[in-house]
Amino acid sequence: MSAGEVTAEPPLAAAPPPSGEPGRFGRYAAGAVFLAPALFLLVVWMVYPAVYTIVRSFFGQSGYLGHWVGIANYKRLFTTATLTTAIKNNAIWVAVVPALVTAIGLIFAVLTERVRWAVAFKTVVFLPMAISAFATGVTWRIMYQQDPGLGAINALSRSVADAFNPSGVLSNALPSTPALQAKGGGLVLKTPLAPGGVALLGVTGIAPRDVPKGAVQAVRPAPKPGDVVGTVWRDFKPGGGKPGVVEKGELGLPGVTVDLRTTAGKVVKSTKTKADGTFDFRNVAAGSYRADIGAQTFAKPFGGFSWLGPRLITPSLLIAYIWIWAGFSMVVIGAGLAAMPREVLEAARTDGATEWQVFRRVTVPLLAPVLSVVFITMIINVLKVFDLVISLAPESTQANANVIALAMWRTAFGGVNDFGTGSAIAVFLFLLVIPVLALNIRRFKREV
Amino acid sequence: MAAAAPSIELPGRRESAAAKILRATAKAPLHLVLVVVGALWIVPTFGLFITSILPAQDLASKGWWQIVSHPSAATWSNYNALFHNQGLLNALKTTAYIAVGNTLLVVIIGAMAGYAFAWLEFPGRDWLFVGVIGLLVVPLQMALIPMFRLYDTFGIFDTVLSIILFHVAFGLPFAIFLLRNFFVGIPKDIMESARIDGASEIKIFLRLILPLGLPAIASLAIFQFLWTWNDLIVALTFGQNVQPITVWIFGQLREFGTSIDVIAPASFISLVVPLCVFFAFQRYFVQGLLAGSVK
Repeated sequence: MSAGEVTAEPPLAAAPPPSGEPGRFGRYAAGAVFLAPALFLLVVWMVYPAVYTIVRSFFGQSGYLGHWVGIANYKRLFTTATLTTAIKNNAIWVAVVPALVTAIGLIFAVLTERVRWAVAFKTVVFLPMAISAFATGVTWRIMYQQDPGLGAINALSRSVADAFNPSGVLSNALPSTPALQAKGGGLVLKTPLAPGGVALLGVTGIAPRDVPKGAVQAVRPAPKPGDVVGTVWRDFKPGGGKPGVVEKGELGLPGVTVDLRTTAGKVVKSTKTKADGTFDFRNVAAGSYRADIGAQTFAKPFGGFSWLGPRLITPSLLIAYIWIWAGFSMVVIGAGLAAMPREVLEAARTDGATEWQVFRRVTVPLLAPVLSVVFITMIINVLKVFDLVISLAPESTQANANVIALAMWRTAFGGVNDFGTGSAIAVFLFLLVIPVLALNIRRFKREV
Repeated sequence: MAAAAPSIELPGRRESAAAKILRATAKAPLHLVLVVVGALWIVPTFGLFITSILPAQDLASKGWWQIVSHPSAATWSNYNALFHNQGLLNALKTTAYIAVGNTLLVVIIGAMAGYAFAWLEFPGRDWLFVGVIGLLVVPLQMALIPMFRLYDTFGIFDTVLSIILFHVAFGLPFAIFLLRNFFVGIPKDIMESARIDGASEIKIFLRLILPLGLPAIASLAIFQFLWTWNDLIVALTFGQNVQPITVWIFGQLREFGTSIDVIAPASFISLVVPLCVFFAFQRYFVQGLLAGSVK
């Protein structure tokens, strides 16, 4: 063992080479042999293309080089609508995603730190990292479908929307006679009513499955002195029937809100119809009134947000992207958290700091290097985002969802094959990535 | 001293028991939040799976959550049809070739270069290494157009090999960086004694470096495998008839509504392999991730 220690000393290690060792030239040769395949690949697939692309970006659309166009391709980058959209969108990505991903990862990492089943939670949140961005696009496209019957997110939105703004009992109904007129989204009976009168509010256009549950044969109520009575019914039976007349086989429409208004339009009374469609405004003061069915009865059901439409596509993409990367952020920050000196935290707690104070004043400052790693990594990722956009955004809204990497691909390979502008976009992307990555590498080298 | 020890320990125990109950109740909202968030995170993937086992006609009118009220609607027929679909089978085969081929090449070539940079002497070694690290900044978009032309010129456009080599080149800077830094950490006396024993460089590389570097190599291999398995842009650019699974599904996306019974199961198949790899090698995956936050 003592011999090992001695050979570790520099002067002795440099002393007489053993007889079997090849000379200096042989050692160089070994280095060349071991490096050759890597260098060949790096030069042909990275160095040469990078140089070529930079040169190519100053030349025209097609050919090996095309003709010299100066900086025209770069000008196009900031004047063509689809390309400026891409740059704007990418700016939104950079502004939103790194901050949110870092914050969410930090929250998840801190929350799970002292939970026993943290591993299960972390695995679930981390899973999307293993899935391709492309498959994620397909997955979220299913979630985002516009029809609330098909897309889970709109189904959820619908149940929320219905709670605040329920769809009407009769969303498609139409008046059956001209006596009933559409007004302000509802239907109003033109015929004036006085106490003792009967209001017949017949509607059609209701599919059998849309008839409210519990409906029974409609009844024409007998007039009552001092009351305004009436019925709301489905003025249609197989074969048609007579419009405006309550006939056998026609169903009353229960649950419809009917208002009694003065001729000035002020609501005097309001009631709901019974199973046979009848309603009764009791003890109405003498005068002239009108009956109407309010607009809420005809409110259209929630049709779903157009998540993949031109206006919401970028927010939809951001959500899916954060869903992918939150796990990465959580794991990296979690590792930083685990490596944090416990004594410091305990000391702060012993000194009487609240959990929030510990988090804000101790945890976050100590984690700052890790947080910046996540943040910078996310900036680079977001600048190069491609797969998710091309798979989640339908072709019709890809122009609205455009980002730099997608614009580059579509320009160069998406039919037009404009290699000049495509090269310029690639160089632009390259220039954006350099400072961020250089920062990261410098930090990395300092650590190593 | 012996008497003092338990008297200190006892109140501590009591406190921790009381604190435990307190903590458990105080933590209830936390558990609830985590359960809800976890559920939110799993729902999209779960939804994809359920969609993939429902017949097309059921999906035309109702969402995948209909499974709750009609569990009997579930069927493997979509998968059965896919496993008789020659296009998909070819795509899976192509994906496997690309992912395995790339992984092997990156590991071997990267380890050789990493070894050279760590333990072999030659002039300009450190400068060359810095140059390789510098290549980390080159986004692959910089190489798409030139390689498209070059592949065309050499007649290897639309081949598995052309896609693999592109991946290998862009995987190398990080691989070399990672492995060189790992190999440098191998104790010097082990290397010296092997050299004194007269072992050739190849022998040292195969018998010493590769086995000792296994943890780093495993992380690298898993990352490379997942990266190429999940790739879309490279294969989309350089493949036409040669289609890995992502490109094959991409071709169906235009008819999203009508071919959902193909798209959903195919997508699920495409993510089963990465998920298995992830679960089998989770530890290496996370290690690689922590080391690789630069890429």
